[in-house]
Parts: sequence; C-alpha cells; structure tokens
Amino acid sequence: MKYLKFLAVGIFFGILLIKSEAVSWFRIFEMFRFESFHMYGIIGSAVILGAIGIALIKKLKIKDLSGQDILIPEKAANYKSALIGGSIFGLGWALAGACPGPMYVLVGTGALSMLIVIAAALAGTFVYGLLKDKLPH
Amino acid sequence: MSFILDPWPWYVSGPLFALVMLSLVVFGKNFGMSSNLRTLCAIGGAGKWASFFKFDFKAQKWNLVVVLGAVIGGYIGSHFLQNQPSVGISKETIEALEGYGFENPGSQILPAELSSFDALREPRVIVLLLIGGFLVGFGTRYAGGCTSGHAISGLSNLQLPSLVAVISFFIGGLLMTHLLLPHLLPIIF
Repeated sequence: MKYLKFLAVGIFFGILLIKSEAVSWFRIFEMFRFESFHMYGIIGSAVILGAIGIALIKKLKIKDLSGQDILIPEKAANYKSALIGGSIFGLGWALAGACPGPMYVLVGTGALSMLIVIAAALAGTFVYGLLKDKLPH
Repeated sequence: MSFILDPWPWYVSGPLFALVMLSLVVFGKNFGMSSNLRTLCAIGGAGKWASFFKFDFKAQKWNLVVVLGAVIGGYIGSHFLQNQPSVGISKETIEALEGYGFENPGSQILPAELSSFDALREPRVIVLLLIGGFLVGFGTRYAGGCTSGHAISGLSNLQLPSLVAVISFFIGGLLMTHLLLPHLLPIIF
C-alpha cells in the first residue's frame, strides 16, 4: 500500500508528459530550433513554481508524510562532470528525442522503438559505471 | 471534457510538473528519473563489474514504481485522454522537417521515420536510436541527473551545478540539432 502513492504520481506524470506534448520528438526538435515558446514555458514555469514550493517547505519547516524533516539533497559540486556529461546527454536528447522520463511513457503509448532507446540507455549507464574512475569529474 | 482531451498549454503543464516534483519531496523522496537506469543496472547484476552499481537498490524501489506508473500513464494518456494524436509544433518546424523528407511531421507523437514498425526494419534507424539512447544513459549519469533531477529539481533548489548541467544539455542539444542532425537525418531517407 505504501507504494500506491508513488504509482499514482507516476501515472499522473505519464499523463502529464503526454498531454503537455513534452514526450514528443517533434517538441524537442522545435525547442532546440527556438521555434516555439512551449517547452521553455513548461520548464520555466515548473522551475519558478518549484523554487517557490521548495523555499516554502524550507521556511515553514514542513515535514514529510512520515513526519520526518524534509532534507533536499544538494547536488555535488562537480562542474566538470555537469558540463561534459550534460553536453553528452544533450546530444542524445536531441537525437532520440526522449529523456529518461519520457522514454518509459512512450513505451506505454506502444512505441516499440523506445525499447531500443531504453536498452541503449542502460548500456550507456553501465559503461559510465565501468569508466567512472577514469573520467574527469 | 475538451480541456482535458485537448493538449495542455505550457502554463497548465509547467505548474503540474512542479506539483509532481513537490509531491515526491513531501513523500520524503526526490524527483529524478535517470537514477532508475542505475538501479536497473544494479538489479541486473552490474555490481559484479563496477562498484558504482553496488548500492542498496531496494531503497530505490519507490522510484521504479514511479516508472511503472509512467508507463501506465503513457498508455492512459495516449489511448483515452487525447482526441487527436497530433502535436502542435510550429509552422517553421514543420517546414524544416519536410525539408529533410519527413512526411506529415507532427501528425503523431513520434516521427514514423524513427519509430514505425517499417522504420525499425531499417538497420540505420536502429543505429541512430542506439546512439541516442547510449548518449542519454551515459551523459545523465556522468552529469548526475537529467531533465527532472537537474532542470526541475536542481534548479528549483537553486543548485549551481544544476544550472551548469542544464546549460550543457543545451550545448549538446544545439550541437546535435544544428550541426549533426543535418548530416544524420538524411541517411534514414
């Protein structure tokens, strides 16, 4: 039962990705060509409202559902890996047209091509794990 | 019903993405989809090969449940909550894609040329999908997050590394779209 709320969030997230069209390869292509405000509006408004929400959670010291203090993990200050890894991700995002949320949502729409993308993404993650200590961070 | 069945504008969708992120925070977790790839590798036994995959992956079960929900949500959204499968991309984008040889760009969620059953019989299409997926999997883990973990969660929490990551997502995406795709897309036609 304790996982039911995560299933509900996932279902809502999947529906939202479909209804916002952010799962579409076409929307990603359009975004990188700066031909519509749509994706910028989605990400921008999500970040602004998200930042307000996070600031309120911190200021009001809101507890999580289990009554614990909410601790939001800081991202590691690895600027080099953010730059190199981020650029590599961007190349793949614009080619496959899907990032690690939409790829699962697209499987739900019946897009078998996404099983190939997911398999390759697992391989990419695995190879990163193998090479991690040899890469600049 | 039409406001549900029609595509949702950015000013409805964006705030709802913030709601997804904040819900997970209030549930004591965080919003980050790419870590599931690491979890799935660990479940598959990748810990035998690299210590990066030796972690308590059972603690990530909740996130795999989110993935399962996302698949179900994709099914529900595309089968029951859409009155048409087309995507409202701009006229300029449609013209650019027609220039490459795409037929009816935006008439479905994904271009048929990269996703239809016929297209997947073409090894060149498979190779492009494999390269794209590999770069996504390698890059997100290297960067420490993706669109959800860095762009939405990280920026909302005013994390400077996330800003660097998001700018880099765009460096890579712009390079692909403007310099590489003009050479890669013609090979599938």
